[in-house]
Amino acid sequence: MTSELTSATAIARDVAAGSRTAVSVAEEYLARISERDGEIHAFNTVMADDALAQATAVDEAVAAGHDVGPLAGVPIALKDNMCTRGVRTTCSSKMLENWVPPYDAAAVEKLRSAGAVAVGKTNLDEFAMGSSTENSAFGPTLNPLDPTRVPGGSSGGSAAAVAAGFSAVSLGSDTGGSIRQPAALCGLVGVKPTYGAVSRYGLIAFASSLDQIGPFAHDVADAAAVFDVIAGHDGRDSTSIPEQLPSMSDAVAASIADGIDGLRVGLVTELSGRGLDAFEPEVVAAGAAAADALAAAGAKVDEVSIPTAVAGLSAYYMIAPAEASSNLARYDGVRYGLREPGPNTASMMAASRTAGFGDEVKRRIMLGTYALSAGYYDAFYGKAQRIRTLMIQEFDRVYADFDVLISPTSPCVAFEFGAKADPLTMYYNDVCTIPSNLTGHPAMSIPFGLGAHSMPVGVQLMAPAMGEADMFRAAVALEAAAPQTGREPGASS
Amino acid sequence: MTATQRSTEEDLLPDGWEMVIGLEVHAELATRTKMFSPAANEFGGEPNTNIHPVCLGLPGTLPVVNRKAVELSIRIGLALDCTVGRCVWARKNYFYPDMPKDYQISQYDLPLNSDGQLELPSGAVIGIERAHMEEDTGKSTHVGESGRIHDAGYSLVDYNRAGVPLIEIVSRPEITGPEQAKEYVEELRSILVAVGASDGKMEEGSLRVDANVSVRPTGAEELRTRCEIKNVNSLRSLGRAIIFEARRHVQLYENGEAPRQETRHWDEEGGRTRAGRSKEEAEDYRYFADPDLVPIDPSQEWIDEIRAALPALPKDRRDALTGHGADPAAAATAVNRGLDGLALSAIENGADAERVLTHIAHNLAVDGADNLDAGNFAELVKMETSNALTSTQAKQVLAEMVETGNDPAAIATAHGFEAMDTGELEALVDSLIADHSDEWQRFVAAGQADDQKERKKMQGFFTGQIMKATKGQADGAAVNKLLSTKAGQAS
Amino acid sequence: MSDSQPPSNESGHTLTADDVAKVAQLALLEVSDAELDRFTGQLGAVLDLAAELNQFDTDDVAPTAHPFGLFNVFRDDVPVDEIEGAERAVELRAEALAAGPEIEDNQYKVPPALGEAL
Ligand SMILES: [Mg+2]
Ligand SMILES: [Zn+2]
Repeated sequence: MTSELTSATAIARDVAAGSRTAVSVAEEYLARISERDGEIHAFNTVMADDALAQATAVDEAVAAGHDVGPLAGVPIALKDNMCTRGVRTTCSSKMLENWVPPYDAAAVEKLRSAGAVAVGKTNLDEFAMGSSTENSAFGPTLNPLDPTRVPGGSSGGSAAAVAAGFSAVSLGSDTGGSIRQPAALCGLVGVKPTYGAVSRYGLIAFASSLDQIGPFAHDVADAAAVFDVIAGHDGRDSTSIPEQLPSMSDAVAASIADGIDGLRVGLVTELSGRGLDAFEPEVVAAGAAAADALAAAGAKVDEVSIPTAVAGLSAYYMIAPAEASSNLARYDGVRYGLREPGPNTASMMAASRTAGFGDEVKRRIMLGTYALSAGYYDAFYGKAQRIRTLMIQEFDRVYADFDVLISPTSPCVAFEFGAKADPLTMYYNDVCTIPSNLTGHPAMSIPFGLGAHSMPVGVQLMAPAMGEADMFRAAVALEAAAPQTGREPGASS
Repeated sequence: MTATQRSTEEDLLPDGWEMVIGLEVHAELATRTKMFSPAANEFGGEPNTNIHPVCLGLPGTLPVVNRKAVELSIRIGLALDCTVGRCVWARKNYFYPDMPKDYQISQYDLPLNSDGQLELPSGAVIGIERAHMEEDTGKSTHVGESGRIHDAGYSLVDYNRAGVPLIEIVSRPEITGPEQAKEYVEELRSILVAVGASDGKMEEGSLRVDANVSVRPTGAEELRTRCEIKNVNSLRSLGRAIIFEARRHVQLYENGEAPRQETRHWDEEGGRTRAGRSKEEAEDYRYFADPDLVPIDPSQEWIDEIRAALPALPKDRRDALTGHGADPAAAATAVNRGLDGLALSAIENGADAERVLTHIAHNLAVDGADNLDAGNFAELVKMETSNALTSTQAKQVLAEMVETGNDPAAIATAHGFEAMDTGELEALVDSLIADHSDEWQRFVAAGQADDQKERKKMQGFFTGQIMKATKGQADGAAVNKLLSTKAGQAS
Repeated sequence: MSDSQPPSNESGHTLTADDVAKVAQLALLEVSDAELDRFTGQLGAVLDLAAELNQFDTDDVAPTAHPFGLFNVFRDDVPVDEIEGAERAVELRAEALAAGPEIEDNQYKVPPALGEAL
């Protein structure tokens, strides 16, 4: 839970009321950044001047009696794969090290008009490919709770920024678990919205049919407040859903007031980790305990089997690289980004791509190129697309009987740097989170006690498309029932 | 296909061989903005001025389909009798500096329009396999010592054209020769223009034709290896390229060899095709459904609405004119010039079809014709056919009608154009015969000896004299008739 | 999922170094021989994982390109100058062009192109 000083909703309330200034809040957070980000490396770029300018504008608006928006003065960190006009946006890649976009991402536009103050661009696995933030071209981000361990990934910088108190909330992007897994590893709430709920305009694509932007926060209420600001239809994104989602802040309030009596919750057998070596026992236990906690809070909890859920990982590692191989073709040294010399266009392009991309990016580009290539398409990409259909059908069937599903978020707590050097071992981190990306359904991670090495464990809640309100209702109950960890935001071990 | 055309085309190849041609026509759609980006769709202009982050493929940008481009494409599909239906955008992946995303957004296994046909003016019907939507590429200019592509130097890339909406119309391999290929392109072009989908300007590159050419033994059903010929920039080149390529294939077969499937480029100066990349070494395009876009599934209501608003097609417009007795070729000219509506109104107002179409073909500029009232035009033609005006006078009056919008009678009166009565004209002819008896004798003698050359020469002499005397007001046809009658009487 | 274990890296997959070299070429990436060996093993392991998909019968299942069935999403044919204003349109062009590694005469300068497609 969050103290009054670090809660985003409290900051916004105080700034709007004039009892704190946005500038003083920004200065406080910027001071923590300069104090400790040299060690943690949550940021690729700190936007100190921009942040103070934005905060000043908020304070002026408050003084003038203008409506300042629901996130007035709230310091927010942005994953460095979201375009910010005039501020370099690197994807933690040498390819885009000096690229300055001429526009803000849709989500960033919305945050700014809601009064949020962007403090910087956070580190990530290059092009969001990874689960530890070790794949950044600019060096890894450290887990503020234990700097010998990873913060998770790919949105590790955004998770670390909130965990270290560098920002009150942050935005990440989630293609296979890249918000939920680092949220779990850093003891935060992390939300992947329904696909299409948040505009992808200005989010640099990894896998277009899976990518979603979502918030990191210390608590469910803060996550809801940010969610409400960034969600909504956008005509610049053809995959943006036209329907308006209800307010998650209202859902949170309703849950606090009315509880979750009668909410139907399913513990997913295939994602529970029981009997699997790769799952830490504390993680498996936390999932079960969380289900029990919801039952104790009045939910109707049952175990449910979703056989195709196990196929998620394999399907994902065909679909995501395939889309990535095409999305990342444009980095060719012609129009922006890194350019290496060559005697002709082809060699210049190849030299630029070879120098600009790190190993994990190259692996996925080659994997995706292979999965799409003549003769292999049906066996790999095509097959994965059909599995995706099966998964959607199966989850839809299950959601006829359940409002939300529950599982651990990640098989393990934050691990040490280099512990999962083998790509496949690393990929397995996303086994629980991937199904929701493939189905397009919303999911979130809520801290639920401590696991091995006294590191936080996250529990995942999943809901059907547009079912975020029920998911947030359950999250409030889980948050209230979570074991006290003694871990305070910003505290390191 | 007329009988003469057929025999001409058959003569192009050695006996026993026939051509099999399929055409792929790319046409730029006449929208205000690009296919997926709000950048302007305009020809020309300074390099990289019609650009926007979306059509430059800048990181984070996303495509959104231009509704107007879809509507224009459906118009084309309906005009070509296609089935218009659900379609899916696909990415065609290959690296090329002209292509900002290094993939082209196109339609692959599910195109917007499929299974149509195009009836040519000659009557032949060519199947249309598909007409799908896609985006255009930018343009690069090579700058170097000699401008030759393999020399050192560099290229400059302009993305003004990148992302311009295209329709690619793919015919079935049912075209039998270069003349029919040209006829197909001309007819297709006039349809595109008629439905307002494209300006159809081949010279500006807004209409581009690739030809798939193969040959086979005459009458065979099989389809042999084809080559795709690109870089054909005019109808004339299209015909030349097809003939060259078909002959090349025949020669290979007759030498016991066979062509290999490849893309070839037409070399206009050399008058030949040259090998490009062969299909075996060609790119593996890795087509897949574009995850940034969603399918188009046009509702029946939308299709019906577009169909209802479709203007008359060139074929129907030609038929309307020929139904009123117009010569097919003259009708086609009127339609191609876009003046068939005017012609039809004039004819329906009682004017003579042949005279009307002669004016349409020769005496009217397309631009000025808007000014012309069909009723007035009909009136003019009636004055002409009733000999109230000579053809020379009619032409002059017509020019003034276009300029001023006045009616023909008023213009004729203002110029003092009044038809000479026949008696007056005959008296004039008689006096000229008397004044020029030598010439008259030569005219009569030439008629008797059937010396057409001499007869024509002397007829010209008398007509000239009469026109001079009447300041052009005499009706040339009437004069000729008088001269013939009098010569007959004299012999 | 009791019969499912975390994927193993040991496999007898048929992916060869030649396959990987070909794919690298298609993707315009240069790989050294050492990298080729390493990538071949790593990619082969992922393809083995994909074999897991064969336990599911998908003969009568349509592929999903997209989680929801959205269709007919269009924009109006209105130029950027009218949407964002002429001034912003000019800025967008200028800022986009400013990111070009090499610009000459308002165009993107590249070494000479060989052939039609790379
Ligand atoms: Mg083609
Ligand atoms: Zn094409």
